[in-house]
Amino acid sequence: MSVLVVADHRRGELRDVSYELVTAGRELADALDGELAVAVIAGDTDRFAESLNRPGVDRIYTVENGEEFDNTVYTAAVTELVGRSGATAVLAPNSVNGLDYAPAVAERLDIPLVTDAIDFAVDDGLTVTREMYGSKVETTVAVDGDQFCLTLRGGEFAPAEGVGEAEVESVTVDHPDSGARVKGFEEVGGGDVDIADADVLVSVGRGIEEEENLEVVEELAETLGATLSASRPIVDSGWLPKNRQVGQSGKVVTPDVYIAVGISGAVQHVAGMKGSDTIVAINTDPNAPIFDVADYGIVGDLFDVVPELVAQFE
Amino acid sequence: MKVLVTVKEVAEADDDFSIDGTDIAESDLEYDLNEWDDYAVEAAVQLAEADIADEVVAVTIGPERAEETIRMALAKGVDRAVRVWDDAFEGAFPDVASKIDVFEAVVASEEPDLVLGGVQAADTGFGATGVALAERIGFNHAAVVNDLEVDADAGLANVHRELEGGVEELTEVDLPAVLTVQTGLNEPRYASLRGIRQAQRKEIAPMDLDDLGLDTTDVESTLTLTAMYEPESESDAELIEGDAGEAADRLAEVLREKGVGV
Ligand SMILES: Cc1cc2nc3c(=O)[nH]c(=O)nc-3n(C[C@H](O)[C@H](O)[C@H](O)COP(=O)(O)OP(=O)(O)OC[C@H]3O[C@@H](n4cnc5c(N)ncnc54)[C@H](O)[C@@H]3O)c2cc1C
Ligand SMILES: Nc1ncnc2c1ncn2[C@@H]1O[C@H](COP(=O)(O)O)[C@@H](O)[C@H]1O
Repeated sequence: MSVLVVADHRRGELRDVSYELVTAGRELADALDGELAVAVIAGDTDRFAESLNRPGVDRIYTVENGEEFDNTVYTAAVTELVGRSGATAVLAPNSVNGLDYAPAVAERLDIPLVTDAIDFAVDDGLTVTREMYGSKVETTVAVDGDQFCLTLRGGEFAPAEGVGEAEVESVTVDHPDSGARVKGFEEVGGGDVDIADADVLVSVGRGIEEEENLEVVEELAETLGATLSASRPIVDSGWLPKNRQVGQSGKVVTPDVYIAVGISGAVQHVAGMKGSDTIVAINTDPNAPIFDVADYGIVGDLFDVVPELVAQFE
Repeated sequence: MKVLVTVKEVAEADDDFSIDGTDIAESDLEYDLNEWDDYAVEAAVQLAEADIADEVVAVTIGPERAEETIRMALAKGVDRAVRVWDDAFEGAFPDVASKIDVFEAVVASEEPDLVLGGVQAADTGFGATGVALAERIGFNHAAVVNDLEVDADAGLANVHRELEGGVEELTEVDLPAVLTVQTGLNEPRYASLRGIRQAQRKEIAPMDLDDLGLDTTDVESTLTLTAMYEPESESDAELIEGDAGEAADRLAEVLREKGVGV
């Protein structure tokens, strides 16, 4: 009953979730009374293996294969390593790349898959905690099967620290020609402002409804001497440029004050702003998950509250 | 070239909702086309308008109620639709594999060159269906696509995969392929009145497991939803009470204390 964890890395760097996966993997391995193996696939495997050699890791497999992610290679390598390690549990990151191979691995191995886990427990079998309905509720899901694949949400487990004594083994994996080939990368953003530099952000979400209504929050930002940022739908609609987007696929910001106006607080948004010193949320929905990370909340209509707030400073 | 789009009707919880057993009470749910699938539909229709696709077919696994949603996809330019439902799905929490049993059968009869779906379904948020389907049917795949250019002659899709932190991966995918579509890929159109009228005449073929050569054992789920509850709030947020004026007054005080606007 051993556990195989798959490290996440990109452009020469291990991503934080890799160390969190080690912690979660060790917990799961303890619950299953088994060993913990870590898979390091592609990139600078030796350096990554050294970084991931943390207490509790029994074995590290390295698979050399180019610099970057390739879903054909990852699917083949993880499947092969599951066989080799005898793993009954595969733990992958719930990252953009994790979601590009974990479902394929589960399918190839014909084992149950649960994604975006925030916690788990092993009793009679595995039970996974995850959210639904845009983080408005939490659920527990019972998994029927001795073998399974989980993807873990980032930021839920503490990163593993310290130096361990894992054995490192280099493995060669056969794989077919890649059907999806990485040709390069592009950084988006740039532009007029860097929202990551701002001390105060007024951030607007879909609650604003119409592009013309942006004036309402623009006026607030101007009055407070703040910078305007946004959640994803505002940028998707082309109302503000991409460099204004806060969140997982936008910018991570840590201003002194973050004022979320008409933003629900989806996990991918919160990932980009939860480190702010003070978080203020204005939202009509008392159950909006943004209130769970807020320090100050107003349950109310932004079209009533924001103009009143502007008036307070005039 | 033929394009198959997977389209899900998703449920959204009302502002005030109650939990009934292991789900939100039916009366507190609103149904709509999954946001991500709206972008997938738009991408497919644009391929047809560019004469790259000659037919766009939508498929959904959903009860009769879902016809309203799939009708919206037809009104936006999808040629026809297949709706699969069976008593076996009623009240179940289907796992990924049981859904792709269905999609696999539909792919076998429709023989698409390209399958488009959403990155995730907004309600259950699994984010797994497209990639698992690709593996099952032997197609290539790319997940979280926010830029798409199909070169039918070369048998390629040139895509951007949107990674974390404002980085996009430029990837070349051999067709046939499954792509999962991210919001922002395009600007989904609104259905025109003409489109809505035309959609009334388009076919939504209802199918059950039997029609697809499947039986209930194929769609038995390995997952059971055992509990649903409102998450415990970890925050000790001060909820500012009062009407808009009073709330703004107190918030202004807080902001001034933090040195904002002074
Ligand atoms: C791979 C991936 C990456 C993503 N990356 C990002 C990212 O980087 N950044 C990001 O933001 N999202 C990201 N998302 C999208 C995310 O899942 C949500 O869809 C998005 O954050 C929702 O934005 P929102 O809160 O503005 O809209 P909604 O969720 O629609 O919320 C609107 C809110 O406004 C409130 N409201 C409505 N009217 C009013 C009113 N009059 N006054 C006050 N409040 C009102 C509503 O109650 C609601 O809570 C990503 C998703 C995926 C799958
Ligand atoms: N019941 C369904 N009917 C049609 N399409 C679905 C269904 N479930 C999932 N999908 C498709 O798969 C995508 C990802 O869903 P999921 O993996 O469930 O998050 C959705 O955006 C849809 O395109």
